[in-house]
Amino acid sequence: MSVEYQEYSYDVLVIGAGGAGLRAAIEAAACGVKVGVVCKSLLGKAHTVMAEGGVAAALANVDDRDNWKVHFSDTMRGGQYLNNCRMAELHAKEAPDRVRELEAWGALFDRTKDGRILQRNFGGHRYPRLAHVGDRTGLEMIRTLQDHGIHAGMEVHMECTVVSLLMDSGRVAGAFGYDREKGHFILWRAKAVVLATGGIGRAFKITSNSWEYTGDGHALAYRAGAELLDMEFVQFHPTGMVWPISVRGLLVTEGVRGEGGVLRNSEGKRFMFDDIPDLYKEQTADSEEEGWRYTQGDKNARRPPELLTRDHVARCINREVKAGRGSPHGGVYLDIAWIKERIPKAAEHIKRKLPSMYHQFKQLAGLDITKEPMEIGPTTHYMMGGVRVDGDTQMSTVPGLFAAGETAAGLHGANRLGGNSLSDLLVFGKRAGQFAAEFAKQNGAGAVDDGQIQAAAKSALEPFEVGPAGENPYTIQYELQDFMQELVGIVRLEDEMERALGLIAGLEKRAARVGITNHRQYNNGWHTAMDLPNMLTVSEAITRAALLRKESRGAQFREDYPNKDAEWGKYNIAVRRGGEGEMLVERRPVPVAPDELKKIIEEMK
Amino acid sequence: MATQAMFRIWRGDANGGGFSDYTVPIDDGMVVLDAVHRIQAQQAPDLAVRWNCKAGKCGSCSAEINGMPKLMCMTRLSDLNLEMPVILEPMHAFPPIRDLVTDVSWNFRVKKTIKKFRPRTPDAPDGTWRMQQADVDRVQEFRKCIECFLCQDVCHVLREHHKHEEFIGPRFLVYVAALEMHPLDTEDRVKDLKDKYNIGYCNITTCCRQVCPEFITITENAIIPLKERVVDQFFDPLKKLLHIL
Repeated sequence: MSVEYQEYSYDVLVIGAGGAGLRAAIEAAACGVKVGVVCKSLLGKAHTVMAEGGVAAALANVDDRDNWKVHFSDTMRGGQYLNNCRMAELHAKEAPDRVRELEAWGALFDRTKDGRILQRNFGGHRYPRLAHVGDRTGLEMIRTLQDHGIHAGMEVHMECTVVSLLMDSGRVAGAFGYDREKGHFILWRAKAVVLATGGIGRAFKITSNSWEYTGDGHALAYRAGAELLDMEFVQFHPTGMVWPISVRGLLVTEGVRGEGGVLRNSEGKRFMFDDIPDLYKEQTADSEEEGWRYTQGDKNARRPPELLTRDHVARCINREVKAGRGSPHGGVYLDIAWIKERIPKAAEHIKRKLPSMYHQFKQLAGLDITKEPMEIGPTTHYMMGGVRVDGDTQMSTVPGLFAAGETAAGLHGANRLGGNSLSDLLVFGKRAGQFAAEFAKQNGAGAVDDGQIQAAAKSALEPFEVGPAGENPYTIQYELQDFMQELVGIVRLEDEMERALGLIAGLEKRAARVGITNHRQYNNGWHTAMDLPNMLTVSEAITRAALLRKESRGAQFREDYPNKDAEWGKYNIAVRRGGEGEMLVERRPVPVAPDELKKIIEEMK
Repeated sequence: MATQAMFRIWRGDANGGGFSDYTVPIDDGMVVLDAVHRIQAQQAPDLAVRWNCKAGKCGSCSAEINGMPKLMCMTRLSDLNLEMPVILEPMHAFPPIRDLVTDVSWNFRVKKTIKKFRPRTPDAPDGTWRMQQADVDRVQEFRKCIECFLCQDVCHVLREHHKHEEFIGPRFLVYVAALEMHPLDTEDRVKDLKDKYNIGYCNITTCCRQVCPEFITITENAIIPLKERVVDQFFDPLKKLLHIL
């Protein structure tokens, strides 16, 4: 029996309505084509709302030495030179215009004294570069795009999940999915599709990401035959909350350490002094006294080891916990309250400098950070890897299929600088929308194959056929998150990752037998069941890519290969589906920088 | 702290429903949304709940907890009386879809009817503007809104009198205030406030302000100044007198 569905037809279909998706949709609509947007949540709820720090753009409002070349070379250095240099170039050049454009659409950034957009310092950026709105920049950005977008001529399908891309002889022809609220199926015909579904954080137990981050775009692209790139690079932020469980993974800003907060283990020891990489010895304080002076603005003092790079701090915390020197809930202590030994009225000082952190811990943990240390631990934060795209057009290796934002790979290489994700969304969201519209104008519609639709619908309905006797989707999700955290997390080892692959294969079999009770209308169990194949696919891709890269670089740390290997610096790792449905993992040469970009990199080293 | 708690959750859809009881083990520091997730995972996999960031930033998990409109992700169990069942209901001002999920699409339709931002000509030749932080502060308060719609849920005009077709509710009065008080905006929405959005229906009981999880001073900072603009423009007795003379 054939399944019933509603049908819509667009020139450009955008999947995802965070910063990248909305920016793409606005641009495509401005190109005069018919645009549809599909999102899993209500409009304006996407993960972009969580971004705090700011959007990086060389506006040079605060320091006039800044320009696109400095931003470009900062991004390349941060990414350990595995970045797609064309994307890093376009990003640095175009980010300022994208930020100014937001202001023209109603965004209200914090101001400099002379009334321009204010910019703040952030890790890895040479000059103050992050345009911001207090600590809620992401909300400002998404609301601006949303409020502008609803008048820009796009149709939004809220609370819908795409389960499959529809293909016509190798090119994309549309998407098939269902309405989460009502449960019915929908066919979206489209001449071009933009994937902007964000990241993959929900594959891990401890994450700062929202539930939507189940790697949908990564997995849809993979199944459609597109290549993924850099999947081994998952960024772990060193300081997330670990307790209470309700907020495990929630971000604790780097600003706490900037204000003098220190990391201690259960023995009360400042363990960061024990392991300072040679590369940073010159720049790091050799006494607690000097570190304290740095945080208080002494330009002659060197930074305390708590402010070393994110990947290193995260690994040190992890080591303390594994060695049994962790806090009761599996983290370590981040202590800002101690500064009362140094300055008068410390409690007022902390509340003034870190208002949102004070409230976050007070409200959610019942803990007064001016009196007690916080318990923190690393949290899965960002996916550098994603769909391999052309640097200019954002088209994947599949004709008509585009990707932007966290779903695409290339800009950040092996490690992302804070602030570069919000600018990424704007710059490459716009480009994806523009080139998707162009593709639609030039190529017309592909044919939609009813066989593909019926197969997708049948597979989506299987959990109801299995019924309550089947596997519990939540159990499978939790098990996956547990072992991905444990075995493919911050510190990676060959045999542990091999074990993870075996466990993923086991879960895939069980996921095929997931059972759901009751009907299709707003059924969270069914929604979770539909997320599982995507989470399993990205988990396997991460693991296989991490296994192949036998070195430590950026966000990837291999305990069995703890050093950087110049040879591996020449390659990205691509993941694609083979003819038999098997996952292929292959090396691809890093794109060669043209001489003028090479020169900039050398000059700024 | 108790080791388990009972949750009395409204389950049903547009055709009606009733309460079901679930007892779950609880841990220190849990919020209501954690308990709901635990019930989903262990007892009622199809229990419908809308949530997203679980950090009080997206405004998806709005519900009524023991009769109070709140975000489930920001309500700690330790702040509730667990001697009694915790009563969870969907928001009352919107049609139920299923269980704790309501149809809030009306809000998205309303927003589209409000005249969009229209900036003045740029101040500088490079197409940029100059604004002072002090002028931006006032509007930034309104732009903290996470669109959880708890203020809409508690507003008498919507909740008791169902004036959804005539009144836009506190959320969108805040939205209009953010546009009207935006330093760059040149559009005029005051006539619409009087005629289309019926701002006069609001009798400033401050219920909306009291439930705002972002602590926006909705009544005093947004609605009252807008009411004053309407009065200034349309009900100024001096102007009226001059008009008659």
